[in-house]
Amino acid sequence: MKNTDLLNETYSALSANKARSGLTMLGIVIGIASVITMTAVGQGAQNSISSSIQSMGANLLMVMPGAARSFGGPSEGRGGAQTLTISDAAAIASQISNITNVAREVSSRQQVIATGTNTNTSIMGTESQYLQVRNVAIEEGDFISDQNVTNGAKVAVLGPTTRDDLFGINATGVVGQKIRIKGMEYAVIGITVAKGGSGFGSADDIIYIPYTTAQRYLTGNKYLSEIDVQASSSDVSTQVQNDINALLLARHNISDSTNADFNVLNQASIIATASSVTGTFTTLLAAIAGISLLVGGIGIMNMMLTTVTERTREIGLRKAIGAKKKDINKQFLVEAIMLTFIGGTTGVILGWLISFGITYFGILQASVSLSSIILAFCVSAGIGIIFGYYPARRAAQLNPIDALRYE
Amino acid sequence: MIEVQNIKKIYKTGDIEFEALCGVSFAIKDGEFVAIMGPSGSGKSTLMHILGALDNPTSGTYFLDGKDVSTLSDDELADIRKDKIGFVFQSFNLLPRTTVLRNVMLPLIYEGVEPQEREERAKKALLLAGLDEGHFLNLSNQLSGGQIQRVAIARALVNNPSLILADEPTGNLDSKTSEIVLGTFQRLNKELGRTILLITHEKDIAEHADRILFIKDGLLEEGAPHVKKIAKHHT
Repeated sequence: MKNTDLLNETYSALSANKARSGLTMLGIVIGIASVITMTAVGQGAQNSISSSIQSMGANLLMVMPGAARSFGGPSEGRGGAQTLTISDAAAIASQISNITNVAREVSSRQQVIATGTNTNTSIMGTESQYLQVRNVAIEEGDFISDQNVTNGAKVAVLGPTTRDDLFGINATGVVGQKIRIKGMEYAVIGITVAKGGSGFGSADDIIYIPYTTAQRYLTGNKYLSEIDVQASSSDVSTQVQNDINALLLARHNISDSTNADFNVLNQASIIATASSVTGTFTTLLAAIAGISLLVGGIGIMNMMLTTVTERTREIGLRKAIGAKKKDINKQFLVEAIMLTFIGGTTGVILGWLISFGITYFGILQASVSLSSIILAFCVSAGIGIIFGYYPARRAAQLNPIDALRYE
Repeated sequence: MIEVQNIKKIYKTGDIEFEALCGVSFAIKDGEFVAIMGPSGSGKSTLMHILGALDNPTSGTYFLDGKDVSTLSDDELADIRKDKIGFVFQSFNLLPRTTVLRNVMLPLIYEGVEPQEREERAKKALLLAGLDEGHFLNLSNQLSGGQIQRVAIARALVNNPSLILADEPTGNLDSKTSEIVLGTFQRLNKELGRTILLITHEKDIAEHADRILFIKDGLLEEGAPHVKKIAKHHT
C-alpha cells in the first residue's frame, strides 16, 4: 500500500464522519491549546518577575545590617542593628575585586512639606553611584553629586510620584523649588524617571538626599541602613558576595559567621528563587492542562474503537482482497495520528492566539516558546500512536471470516 | 489447477470437537465453471473459506496453481488472496459512500499498482462485468442490487485472479436480477475463460454451472450429470 493511498483512505474515512472526527479532535485541540497557553502564561510571569527584580539594578548585592542584639528584651528584627559604617563601604569599594559601584544608603521615613501640601514618604540618603547601582535615571535637573555629599548639602531629588504629591500631577518647574523635611529646608535639584511599580516601597515615591545630610539631620548617627554593591557581571556575584562576607566579618571582629551582624543579599539568588517558584507554578499549570490532553487522548481511543467496530465488515473485505495485518494496522494508526496531528496543529494555533490575546489585552506578557510548540506537536503525535495503537491492533487481529459475517 | 486432497476441518469449542469437513477431495480444471451445492450446515462455507485462502484446513492439502496453500501463514494467505482469488459475496460488501470506481480499484491499492493503471483496469473490469460507464462515479449506495453485485464482480475481476469465488452471489437478489448476474458469470467463463466457483444451496442456481459438486455433512457426493441452464438475460 502506497503512502498516498494511505493518506487518501485516511482522509475519506475521517471526512465520512466529519462531526464525530471534529468533536474527537476538539479534545486534543483544547488539551494542546491549554498546554501552550499555560506554559506561555507561566513563562510570561517568570519573565516579568525576573525583569522587575532586574529593574532594581543589574548584578546587585545588598549588604544589610543584621538583627540588633540586646540582652533580653524584644529583638528589633533584621536590618534594625546599627553595624554598617561609612568606612565599611569604603573598605568594600577599595578591597573587593570585580565590583563596579558601591552606594551607601541611609533611609528613613519623614513628613515632607511643600508650599501648601505635605506627604509622608521615604527619604533615601545616598550618593552619586546610586544611579548606576539601582538603575535610576534622571528626567530633569541633576542627581546628588559627590560635592553635595562632601558638603552635606541640603538638596533633594524627587521621585515622580512624590513630585506629583507635592506639586501636582506632572507639575513643571519643580527644580529650584523648596521643600521642608523635619523642619529643614531643601532645594529640589532633580526629578527621576518613573520606574513603575506602586504602593509600599515604590521606587517612584521617594526623595533622595546626600547620605551625609541624612545622617546629620534625620538619623543623627554615623551608621548606614544599607550598602549597595554592583558586581561587574552576574558570574562573579557569588564570589563578590563571599568576599564581602569575609571582609566584613574581619572588620567587625566576628570569627563565627553564624553570629554575623550583617547580611549580604545576592540579587542573582533572589532571581533564582523567584524563577524556581514560577517554574513550579508553570509546571503545575502545564500538568493540569496535560490532564485535559490525556482526556482528549482517551476520546481518540474511544472513537477509534467505535470506528473499528463499525467498520468490521470493511476490515473483513479489505483482508479478503489481500490486505495484510500490517496494512490494516497502519491504516487505523494513521487515522488516529491524523486526528491528533490536525487537532494538535489547531491547538497550537489556538493556544498561540489566546496567548496573543492575553498579551494584547495587557493581562500579562505571555510568551509562547518554540520548545513548547515542538513539545506539543510531539505529544499530540505520541498520543495518536499510544491511543491509536490498541484499536488498530484490534482491527488488524480481526479474523476475516468473522469480520465478513459481522452484523 | 485446483487440487484438493482429503481436506478435513475440525472446529474446537472447549472440549467439544466438530468436524465440518471430513475428508474432501476433488479437482477443478482451468476455465471450469463449477458449483458447490449443499444445504446449510453441510460444510460448504467452510470449504469456501479454505478454497478462498481465508482459512487453513486442519489436515489435507490444497494446491492452487501448483502451490500448496494449506499450510501458509496469515500474511502468505493474504498474498494468495491478493494475487489469485477474487471474491463475490452474498452481501456485496462494497465500501459505503464510496464511488463505484474506487470500490473496484480497492484491491489494486494493496497490489501497489500505479493510480493511472488502476483506473484503466477498474474501468475495463466494470465494462466486462456489464456496468454502464454512466454509473462509474455513482456512490455505491445509489445503485440497484443487480448493479451493486456487478460492481462486486468487477472488483473480483480487477486483479486478474486464477479463481473467482462467488459465495451465494444471488442470495440477496430477486430472480430476475439473479438471472442477469448468473449470465454475467457464464459470459465471463465462456468468453474470457475465467475459472468460477459458485457456492449455493439452490439447485436452480447451481444448474447454471458446468459441473455441480454436492456436499452434505462434510462429505462430497458425486452428483448426477445435469443439463446446464443458460441464463436468459445476457448482457
